[in-house]
Amino acid sequence: MYLTFLTFLPLLGAILLTLIPRDEVGAIKQTALAFAVTDFVLSVFLWTNFDLTTHEMQFEYSVPWITSWGINYHVGLDGISLLLYVMTTFLTMISIIASWGVTKYIREYMIAFLALSTGMLGVFISLDMFLFYFFWEFQLVPMYIIIGVWGGPRRVYAAVKFFLYTAVGSLLMLVAIIWIYKAIEEQTGVATTDLIFITENLELPLAPQKWLFLAFFLAFAIKVPMFPFHTWLPDAHVQAPTAGSVILAGVLLKMGTYGFLRFNLPLFPHASYEFMPMIAWLSIIGIVYGALVSLVQEDLKKLVAYSSVSHLGFVMIGIFALNHYGIQGALIQNINHGISTGALFLLVGMIYDRRHTREIKEFGGLAKVMPKYTVCFMIIALSSIGLPGMNGFVGEFLILLGVFQNSGMWAACATSGVIFAACYILWMFQRVMFQKLDNPKNENLPDMNTRELITIIPLIVLVFWIGLYPKPFMKTFDATVEHLLVKVNPDNFRPVKPGSSHSKHAKLIKIEDIARLNHQ
Amino acid sequence: MEPIPAPPIDLISLAPVLVLAVFGMMVLITDLFIGKDKSVLVFISLTGLLMTAISSLAKYNLPVYSFNGAYVVDHLSVFFTFIFCISSALAILISVDYNKREGINVGEYYSLILFCTLGMVLLASSTDMIMIFLGIEIISISLYILAGIQRKNTKSNEAALKYFLLGAFATGFLLYGMTLIYGSTGTTKLAIIAKVIGENKILSEPLMLMGVVLLIIGFGFKVAAVPFHMWAPDVYQGAPTPVTAFMAVGPKAASLAAFYRIMSETMPELSYSWETLLCVVSVLSMFIGNLGAIMQSNIKRLLAFSSVSHVGYLLIAIIAKNSLSSSSLMFYMLAYAFMVFGTFGIVILLGRKGEENLELENYSGLAYKHPVIALTMTIFLLSLGGLPPLAGFVAKFFIFSAALKEGYVILVIIAVLNSAISFYYYLRVIVFMYMKEPIKEFHISLTPMTLLVIAISAFGTVQLGIFPDPIIALAQAN
Repeated sequence: MYLTFLTFLPLLGAILLTLIPRDEVGAIKQTALAFAVTDFVLSVFLWTNFDLTTHEMQFEYSVPWITSWGINYHVGLDGISLLLYVMTTFLTMISIIASWGVTKYIREYMIAFLALSTGMLGVFISLDMFLFYFFWEFQLVPMYIIIGVWGGPRRVYAAVKFFLYTAVGSLLMLVAIIWIYKAIEEQTGVATTDLIFITENLELPLAPQKWLFLAFFLAFAIKVPMFPFHTWLPDAHVQAPTAGSVILAGVLLKMGTYGFLRFNLPLFPHASYEFMPMIAWLSIIGIVYGALVSLVQEDLKKLVAYSSVSHLGFVMIGIFALNHYGIQGALIQNINHGISTGALFLLVGMIYDRRHTREIKEFGGLAKVMPKYTVCFMIIALSSIGLPGMNGFVGEFLILLGVFQNSGMWAACATSGVIFAACYILWMFQRVMFQKLDNPKNENLPDMNTRELITIIPLIVLVFWIGLYPKPFMKTFDATVEHLLVKVNPDNFRPVKPGSSHSKHAKLIKIEDIARLNHQ
Repeated sequence: MEPIPAPPIDLISLAPVLVLAVFGMMVLITDLFIGKDKSVLVFISLTGLLMTAISSLAKYNLPVYSFNGAYVVDHLSVFFTFIFCISSALAILISVDYNKREGINVGEYYSLILFCTLGMVLLASSTDMIMIFLGIEIISISLYILAGIQRKNTKSNEAALKYFLLGAFATGFLLYGMTLIYGSTGTTKLAIIAKVIGENKILSEPLMLMGVVLLIIGFGFKVAAVPFHMWAPDVYQGAPTPVTAFMAVGPKAASLAAFYRIMSETMPELSYSWETLLCVVSVLSMFIGNLGAIMQSNIKRLLAFSSVSHVGYLLIAIIAKNSLSSSSLMFYMLAYAFMVFGTFGIVILLGRKGEENLELENYSGLAYKHPVIALTMTIFLLSLGGLPPLAGFVAKFFIFSAALKEGYVILVIIAVLNSAISFYYYLRVIVFMYMKEPIKEFHISLTPMTLLVIAISAFGTVQLGIFPDPIIALAQAN
């Protein structure tokens, strides 16, 4: 019930906002912020009350919804979704603070954001496939409106593209959901869309598993986005308003990776194993391609957008390493990407507010006029590269460790992405912050103000917190990942060679060791 | 000489039809005695529809067959009678303000709607081909007149004439098909036809197959399925907007109900002959309807093409021919009624005298001047596209699960891809409303009756989307 309340709280706020007269700009912003902050603060209690020892769903709540079809309103959190949930409320709050300067139709803007928040939170807690699809599509509309109304010059094109891409993918997922709904009824006699029940009871031969896997894969791969389904992302990011980009990168993309962990792996373990190489290679292509394309971007936001493709490639290859490190790394990297890329978008947004351009060549020597900005930017940039001591390192290290157990080749290819990341980020940083201050328009730029600092500093704190002491974060999904791997462990599907054992796998490294590694 | 044996006549099962006939005539007579103000007629018609809905519950222990098996009161017919009453009531409500604005000041208008509803009830309850034909003719003739009710408007005249010519043509096909089936089975009663087919005597008789094909063509015309849809855009555009909305829901629902009875209930054994054909018609309807709608700049034409595509989805339910298909048909039509009347309500609200303001451009910037109207329009359009949490989504889910249960995976995949295409043009309207600046001032007179229809429809669309359980339970009750 608590979870339901938290999820619908922003929507309640949105409804309340419609009652405030359009001219009361201050009241509108404050109300929106109040709801977002309350939602975040209350969601932190979920974390503190979370039982770390079990993989079972927690804060569960289930009521019959469409009884004729066996559909329940069933929600709950486990280790996979907890942090994503908290991050969603957190980033919503940050985005609303970051949108303080929006002047165009501010009331509708805040309504859209709060409604979007409910949609995203719903996706992470749904434990019923019908309900999941419900929220999955629901959040499309506010995001579409946010990009389309408050976006840049080509916003309509970007918004429609965003909507249609996602719709095509998710409609095929709908077919798969109905198919499973029918299959489970035939197998067990129970007509239900309850995910927990289906995960435990669905037994499918390999061939249908593969088809269903592909249907879900398409929906999630578009959302992630994986190469070659990523083409909507740069458009959407570049056109979206700053806060829209933050949410898009921070949360919406995570819905894709979350979907893989919640649906593809546990429902179709054999197919996951079969498709592992394909997805690994697609991810590697995404990592390298995203990085190379970032290298040549003229537009700061586009650069960050393409770097997302690269970073999410890491997350995907981590998930499909199908072992403990890989999945753990992917989960923490999910959070890291939300923090680092979210912060990068915020920073790019700040400079855009001042200059109304994001062309790299327009800048240069900003370090002289905006020292605070430069420091913040540098910290975030380094975290995005994955410098030890910062959050990106923990995730990438674990992922590469996991991938290496499967194939040294994959790990080697993926690692190249880290190097490229250093190239494009540092080169961009150099061109924007250092060099000569030769553009007279940049001479009198004001440095970050208090509100902007308020949006960035919590993210910087998190960068170091995860980088130096990731244990509180890692602990949350330990048990869940352990349980997930019982089912999807590749050893279940490998032909057994007589006499072989799997002792050649590296001994389990504890999280503490990694933390210690970071300190050195 | 032996007297001709009279079949047992059960007038109570005919109650809805009788009530409608009485009220229809009452409207006609009252019209003679009142002046220019026709609001009394509206009141009488609405009362009539309410009474019809109540009287349709007169029979329990369904199904009840009467008139020697030519007329049935069963779950399907009762549910559809309710849909007809709702859609006709909405059509009447939506017409009140529109008729004042456009100067349609004739009492026949309301009685024609009632008579047309009578035809629909008859059609949905018939189990005899003669009765089906009668029902279709009552509906069609009323609609021909309604489409041309604006006698001084050339577009309306053109629509009526076009509709009449093509409709008469289609009726010919239909009748010819029925004749051939009668020729090969020796009866017009659906139950006996089913028995004859079941005894495996005429499975491959060319006469029968020819008859089935002609029936599909005839019904295809009536429900505007591709390739028999050519009349739809012109007629939808030319007819008065409330009539367009009325045409898009009730008559279509009735024809589909009868089509369902003939195809899925009577001839499932013959499905090898009609299934492929119907699949082709369904797929073509979806594609042509959706692709056609993308090209349109006139909102009424856009909605006409969109309704063609919806027929494509609905035919999937008939193709599935299992226990879920009739209930999914019912649910879909109810949801569709709300969506269509809501959309057309807003079209009427924005329209101006003389059928102006119907171009998509006229919707530019609506969201900034009238945010609530724009939001409701968005709800209706997204629901038509099939986005949760709205009625259109649940309806599509229903139909797709009926089809997937029978293993029509490819058909369902084609259908969902078409939903994605349809989002493109529904979104285009939303783009105009939200993402363009207004090009001129809006002069919207917020007329109460039209707003009432929009409010009812919006409520229905959201309610059926978020809490569909009671209606689904009703639809699946048999």
